[in-house]
Amino acid sequence: MAAREGGVTMKPKSVAIVGAAETTQLGVIPDLSIIQLHADAALNAMADADIGPKDIDGVATAGESPVAIAHYLGIKPTYADGTSVGGCSFMLHVRHAAAAINEGLATTILITHGESGRSRVGGGGRFGGGGSSLSGQFESPYGMSGPPSTFTIPVLRYMKDFGLTHEQLAMVAVVQREWAGMNPRATFRDPITVDDVLNSRMIAYPFHLLECCLVTDGGGALIMTTAERAKDFKTKPVYILGTGESVETPMVSQMYDFTTSMAFRLSGKKAFDEAGITPKDVDHLMCYDAFAHLPIYMLEDLGFVGRGEAGAFIAAGNTRPGGKLPMNTNGGGLSYMHSGMYGMYALQESVRQLRGTAPAQVPGAKISVANGVGGMFAAGGTIIMTNEAP
Amino acid sequence: MADYRKPIPEPTPETQAFWDGTKAGELRLQRCDSCSHVYFPPRPFCPECASRKVSWFKASGKGKLHSYVINHRPAYGFEQDAPYAIAVIMTDEGVKMLTNMVDVEQTPEALVLDMPVEVTFEQISEKIALPKWRPAKGA
Repeated sequence: MAAREGGVTMKPKSVAIVGAAETTQLGVIPDLSIIQLHADAALNAMADADIGPKDIDGVATAGESPVAIAHYLGIKPTYADGTSVGGCSFMLHVRHAAAAINEGLATTILITHGESGRSRVGGGGRFGGGGSSLSGQFESPYGMSGPPSTFTIPVLRYMKDFGLTHEQLAMVAVVQREWAGMNPRATFRDPITVDDVLNSRMIAYPFHLLECCLVTDGGGALIMTTAERAKDFKTKPVYILGTGESVETPMVSQMYDFTTSMAFRLSGKKAFDEAGITPKDVDHLMCYDAFAHLPIYMLEDLGFVGRGEAGAFIAAGNTRPGGKLPMNTNGGGLSYMHSGMYGMYALQESVRQLRGTAPAQVPGAKISVANGVGGMFAAGGTIIMTNEAP
Repeated sequence: MADYRKPIPEPTPETQAFWDGTKAGELRLQRCDSCSHVYFPPRPFCPECASRKVSWFKASGKGKLHSYVINHRPAYGFEQDAPYAIAVIMTDEGVKMLTNMVDVEQTPEALVLDMPVEVTFEQISEKIALPKWRPAKGA
């Protein structure tokens, strides 16, 4: 098969650059750190275009994380591009931005660059590891030891505000083990009870070992083409029905609200609007579960249940085998596998379900939603898929 | 201090005034001169309205315990402290700050959400005094 025929070309002259500026100073700038160089240029470009952060709904950058740039500038985006392929990254950002604007992912996209090449001020690294990054100054000194003691920090607030119980949190792990028990490829398959979860080793109160994801090895890959060309492949096509994305904060302590993720809300709304469906239309759901609280936040932030209702919804059996909303049917990050960036496995399970080849197959599944989280409440991505031809 | 093994903040030009403040025993925040928005962490413009006209002020140093975990797997340098709370304070000015709680048992029973807290400073190096929080006196 000729692999590259039959594509479409972008619409010429459909997208324009309306703001452009460099940093106020150039040369030797020891009084600005890297992130502020990005921000200085961005503020100048906003002034040039006569718009503010609330008018911008997309960010792209290289070197720094687009999450850090968006939060630092107060932008709440539905598009984030962190493509980092060296010095031409910004050409790729312009191209991706043009496609994104054409496709309606965002209307106004900011592309930033900042580099303290000479003065070397404030090099925090992409994930904020350095002592001069904002997380290095205002979070790391207090002793988080990776995701188990970081991602979990907002949860007590949620528990107090909405009455989520320790037992309900534990039920997330219990239900997912039921799904894992039907999956020969799942790492953990033996049934567990709420007591098993609550008696497992304390990792970071209120989280026990069995409420934290596995750490395993693995990989995954996807190949996409046009719906038209998909007909020529021997595999059953899985069509993209709607997509969403957002980024919120590189520092969990600076999440806008500890009881709900802005990134999940913006991402989910964009995806459902694009798909033209509501949560009621969904047959199968994957909620990236690095820890037991994430499906709870996602069920609410995507609109499957109301605020504060997700814990009881899961505990009542709605997401278990035979329930009305089959969720994390591979066993999830808690029982199936988790290599570190689990989103790929959520997508793989959605594809299996829509092809009808999942070990724990949901009969007749036509629409699947895969919702992912990036970093620790840093980002959200939503993909809605269907096996019904356009 | 010489054997302090925990991560030590490295101020940048944009955060130096905050760390100068903690060394002087003050918690400093920034307020936008244009829209009055108070924000954290520091930056020389307002993340609400993008105005570059912002001012430092001395914060109350009071707040409430907003959320926390009690970490049983200590980070490097924290081995003697475990289990220890990693907490977030909602200051009276409405910004969230991550911290450790001091002068209180590191247990769910002692650490009650929304309890009033106040800032204190621990000199961890020649240049850096780290803000920490404790139950408010007389609360």
